[in-house]
Order: sequence, then structure tokens, then C-alpha cells
Amino acid sequence: MNVDWPWPWLPRNVDKIVEATGEHLYLALLPVLFGLIISIPLGWAASRWPGVRLVIVPLAGVLYTIPSLALITLVPLLIGTKIIDPLNVQVPLAIYTIALLVRSVTDALLAVPGEVTAAATAVGFRPTKRFLSVELPLAIPVIVAGLRVAAVSAMSLTAVGALIGIGGLGSLITEGFRRNNAVEMVVAIVLILVIALVIDAFLLLAGKLITPWTRARQGVAK
Amino acid sequence: MNSALNWLFDPAHWSGPTGIPARILEHLGYTALTVLVAAAIAVPLGAVIGHTGRGTFLIAGLSNGLRALPELGLLTLLVLLTYVGLLPVVISLVILALPPILAGTYAGVRNVDRAVVDAAQGMGMRGSTVLWKVELPNALPLILGGIRSATLQVIATATIAAYVALGGLGRFVIDGNNAGAGSPDGYPQMAAGAIVIAVLALVVEGVLEVVQRVAVSPGLRNASTRRRTARIWRKPTPELVGRST
Amino acid sequence: MKRSIAGVATALAATLAVSACGGGGDPLAEDKSTGSGSAGSITIGSANFPESQLLAEIYAQVLESKGVGVTRKFDLGSREKYMDGLKDGSIDLIPEYTGVLLQFFDKQAEQTAPDEVYTALQGVLPDNLTVLDKAEAEDKDAIVVTKETADKWNLKSIEDLVPHCGEVTFGGPPEIQQRPDGIPGFKETYGCTFKAFSALEPGAITTKALLDGTVQAADIFTTDASIEANDLVVLDDPKSNFAAQNVVPLINKDKVNDTVKDALNAVSAKLDTKTLQELNAALNAPDKPEYSDVAKDWLSKAGL
Repeated sequence: MNVDWPWPWLPRNVDKIVEATGEHLYLALLPVLFGLIISIPLGWAASRWPGVRLVIVPLAGVLYTIPSLALITLVPLLIGTKIIDPLNVQVPLAIYTIALLVRSVTDALLAVPGEVTAAATAVGFRPTKRFLSVELPLAIPVIVAGLRVAAVSAMSLTAVGALIGIGGLGSLITEGFRRNNAVEMVVAIVLILVIALVIDAFLLLAGKLITPWTRARQGVAK
Repeated sequence: MNSALNWLFDPAHWSGPTGIPARILEHLGYTALTVLVAAAIAVPLGAVIGHTGRGTFLIAGLSNGLRALPELGLLTLLVLLTYVGLLPVVISLVILALPPILAGTYAGVRNVDRAVVDAAQGMGMRGSTVLWKVELPNALPLILGGIRSATLQVIATATIAAYVALGGLGRFVIDGNNAGAGSPDGYPQMAAGAIVIAVLALVVEGVLEVVQRVAVSPGLRNASTRRRTARIWRKPTPELVGRST
Repeated sequence: MKRSIAGVATALAATLAVSACGGGGDPLAEDKSTGSGSAGSITIGSANFPESQLLAEIYAQVLESKGVGVTRKFDLGSREKYMDGLKDGSIDLIPEYTGVLLQFFDKQAEQTAPDEVYTALQGVLPDNLTVLDKAEAEDKDAIVVTKETADKWNLKSIEDLVPHCGEVTFGGPPEIQQRPDGIPGFKETYGCTFKAFSALEPGAITTKALLDGTVQAADIFTTDASIEANDLVVLDDPKSNFAAQNVVPLINKDKVNDTVKDALNAVSAKLDTKTLQELNAALNAPDKPEYSDVAKDWLSKAGL
């Protein structure tokens, strides 16, 4: 039995594709954003207090190791959602993002040279302002690198939710699979791929834009 | 939670070709096969690229691109295009496992202390001998790190194989999902399967961590090189490879 | 740097806003509501195979045309899965099949003839649910083999297959391993125990596995277009393991009013097995038409 390639399917179903894409982005990116916001204070705590670090880093490692299908399945058990609930995908994604970024934030903050923080304090920065104006900006390149990985991974991970009925572009993949429609599957795959790469590029660029000093240094070296 | 644990510890579910041990073996089988094939491809490739310094675009490009590829899509499309069986599943899993091993090998070979390479060349070793006898053994920690990452990635993704009629631990999740929440073989089966998957992943990760430490040459464990290799000993950071399942 | 941060933040916010528009709120697949109509509103669900979704779409369109507000929640999975939705009110209406529905509520049910099944069904439904008129159209599970296999072993009915069962890997949806007329039924009614079972989603993948020889027999629904398209052979069921399976709307009692009842009964009156087969064939056409188009076409041809 040959697989069908109904190319006219594409123009006929632009609405459906757009809607699935929107849903996919909602499922994938919101948790990443949320994870980022949570990771910063967590990472700061881990960088400041070795006791916290000793707990958080291994915990992050353990959580990151758990396969997504397992976590997606167990969320209803842990927080009482129904089986078909977008949170079932979003919570694991947030967990993975936090597990990944906490390490980035911790490492990045730990890498800020002691002289820099000392100088900042000497100039008169209060601890909060020092964190926001000096340490955090210096940590941005590493955080952005982690964020890129988290976001791209999230785009692909979200598709797994389709296996238990949680939509997004993954549901186009399962529907195409069911109806022998290779065009539908390819469209979904390519969209996930392309959007993920666009997000990656966007984050890379954004990271460079808000850290002009890293560019300046490169300029001088040349 | 109770019903999940009941399902998990029900002796009926631990025997026979559809029991938990059988599925664990299937799952590990798919994983081992995939990682072996992927390593056979990626280690030589990564070593050559690291040694010659040419073709580095492959490393960055593949790592990035393949991390963004939805495995569910690749696997089901391949099955539809070929047939329902082990081969398309293994092929799609191998594609997934290549980037971490490639990146790890490349990084490992690249990061070998230039002084050591110099010394080897000073001793009269040729290019390929340097690669074989010096760079690769020194690169072993990072290569093993890449294989470790790949293995974990494959264990996670092999759960999807159940969607295309294969075995493995994903079977409990998929079958349980279809049996409906109320049924005793429904959500309890799903949750039990998920717990086994998570535990297996953690156990394998632990075992591989031990293997990685043990396999590192004693010379690299020496105090003076410990600082340099210290960050290698830590689990390869997700920054290197991310995950897609 | 502050300006760049502002710029980046705006771009990010814009992206999130777009995604929220596309999917925010309750992003269940195809959860579109046509609002509350003059004749009330109703949520229609469907199972995870094409025919179910098509029937649900037909119900949806005919109800909308009578002024009922419809919310679609399609592709919910197997019966075992969506029954919870009917019980807790997440969905109100779903197209069903009398025989399997009867067995779902009464595992010991023995009726096989269409009218008996329907009457028995009415007796076992939970308090909040009821069924409307049944259609003549039937779509049964069946054991299907390729023409080659049928020729090789001279197969006309399931009884002919029994001596070969031990060599056969059987393919079907995971839930038939537990269903009374599934794997347990084959054993009890015919004494057939297959060598192995392959869990496959209904639809293209099951047909493919059968044609490729990955499985030698499969559970394919009798109105599936791929049977004719690929010259497959449906084995007869002389001992009636599979009961009658008339299409019938399963609906929440609270949602039944005259408009809904008349509209859906009119659909059932026009639905016979041949029509169902034609509809499936239309769905399976190489250009993969949308469910809504196939439904619309048929409704206008049937004058509904």
C-alpha cells in the first residue's frame, strides 16, 4: 500500500495548520518562559549558597533524565489534572527548562570574576542593583545558550503529547499517519523544525543585541 | 497513586512475553542496538573531524538541526514509507543518537591538551597514530559522555516505538491510554509504565556514570590534570546536546 | 542596552501574543464552538478513527443547520477513554455502534441480532445517557486477511482460520485485547488463539501492516475503504462473535429536545451500510478531503 502525497491538502488546510501551530507554540513556549523566570532566582540561590547548590544541581540532573512520555503521563497523578490537559505537557516542559537553566544560571553567576563584584560594591552598588546591573548581564550569554537549547527541545518534545491526545502540530502528525497522508505529516515536521530553528536564531540574535560588550571585545580582538 | 503501585507490583504483570521484565529487555535491546550503530558511525566521523579540523560545520549544524526534529514525526513517517517493523524504528533512533556522540567525540579529540599531541609528534608518531594512540584515549571521557547522553536520549525516545506496534516500555503507556481512565488496565497501567521508564532511565544513567569514571585512563585521573578534566567528569552538560523526547 | 532589551522584549511579547491568539484559552484540538444557538447548545465528541469523526461531523452540521450551538471535541481516543467524558459532561453526544456499546456496559451480553441488541442496549445504559433511533448502517469489527492468505489457506470464514491461528500474528487496536468480542471472544467462540498480537491504530497503519505481511490477519472495520481498494477478504462470522453494530447517536438525556431528536433521527433514517462505505471511500480518496467537506456534500445530497 503506497503512502499518499496529496499536495492540494496543503493550501486547502491553511487554517487548520495555523491553528495547530498556534496551539503548539502555546504548549511549548509558555513553559519555557515560565521556566526561565523561575530559574533565575533558583540559580542565584544555588550560586550563593553551596548547600542549596548541593541539592538543586543533582535534583536537576535527575529530573532532566526522566523521559518525557513518563513525565507527561505522571502529571495527572501528581497535580490532579485530567488526562487530556495542556498542563500535562506544559508542566514537564517547564520542569525540563528549569532543570537545564538552573545549571546555566548557577554556572554563569559563579563565573563572574570576584574583582568585578568587588569593584561594583566599592563603587556603591547595593546587592540587588549589583545583581541586576552587573552579575546578571554578565551571565546572559550562558543563559541564552541554555535557553536556546530549552526552547528548541521544547518544540520537539511537545509533539510527543499527541500520543495521548494533547494537540499542537503533533496531532497533525498522528492524523496524517492514520489517514495515510504524508503531506500532512511532512508539513507538521517541517514546521516544527523550521520554527524551532527560527526561535533559535532569534534568541541567538537577541542575546547578542543585549550584550553589546561581547561584540565590542570581538571587534577589538580582530 | 495506589492503583498505579498495585498494577506495578501485581505479579501477573511480571511474567510472560508481555510482562514488565520482557518489556524492559526489549527496550534495552532497542537502545543498545541503536547506540552501537550510532557510535559506529559517529565516533569515527567525530574523531576525523576533530583531528583534521575540517567539516566542523557538520557538528554544529547537525546538533542544532536534529535537536529540533520531532522524533514522533520522523518515526511514523519512516514507518509509513517503509513498513511496520524494527528497521525504520532503529533508523530513526540512530539519527537521533548521532549528534550527541558526534559532538562528544569531536569535543573530546579537539580538547586534548596540545602539549600532549606535540609530545607525541615529537616522539615521531604520524597523524593517524596520534589519533589512535593519543587523541582518542585522551578524548575518552568526552566520548563516553556523548555516548551517555545519546543513550539517555534513546531510552526516552524508544518509548514512542510502542506507537508503531513495537514493544518496549512505551507499550504500557500506549495500551493503558487506550484502555480508558476507569479501567484497571487504563491509567494505572500508564502510570506504572511511566514509573518503570523513569526508574530505568535513572538506573542506566547511574551505571553509565560509573562506567565513564572507571574507563578513564589512570593518567587522566592524575592530580595535575584533574583540574582540566574536572569539568569533563561532570555529566555532560545539556548545553551540548539538549533533548528532543 | 536598555533599548535593545526593550526591543527584544517587545518581539518576544508579540510572538507570545500571536501564539495565544492561535491556541490560547482551551487548546484542545478542534475545540471550536459555534456559540449558543436558539435551540440550545451541545458538545459533540468523536473516537480516534476517521469514520467516527465523519459521523460526528455530520451530526454537528445537521444540528447547526437547525440552530443548535455546537462545540466539537474530536479525536478523543477509544471508547474506554471517551466514556469518562460522557459521564462527566465534557461531551454530550457521540456516534456509537449498538453491539460494542452493549458489550461495554454488559460484558455478558449475548444478543447479536440488530433489534435485540438495540433493545438490550436501552436497558443497560447509565441513567444520564440514552440512544436515539438506530441507523440501518452497520460497521462491524471483522477479521480480515489478504486475498493471498485467503487463497493459500482456503479461508471463507473465521472457522477456516482456526487451524492456522497458531501461526498468525494478529493486528488490531490495543483495546481489543480486553474486549469481550476481541481476543477473549475469538478464544471462547471459535477456540482461536493467535501466536502473537500487534497493537496498531485503526486506519492506514493496520491496513499497511496486513498488506506488508507484518500481521497475517487484522481487525479492520467492515466499512473501511481499504478493504475494497486492496482486495482484502472479510472472514465470515457464522457463530456471531461480532454482534450487530448499527450506528446510533449516544446522547446525554438533558440535551435531547425535539429539534435535536428530529434532526439526528432524520440522519439515521438516511444512513445505510452502502452509504457508509461510500462515505469512507470518499474520505480515503487520494486528495484527502476534509471531514467537513465530505459531510457537507452528503448532507446536501441527502436533502438534510
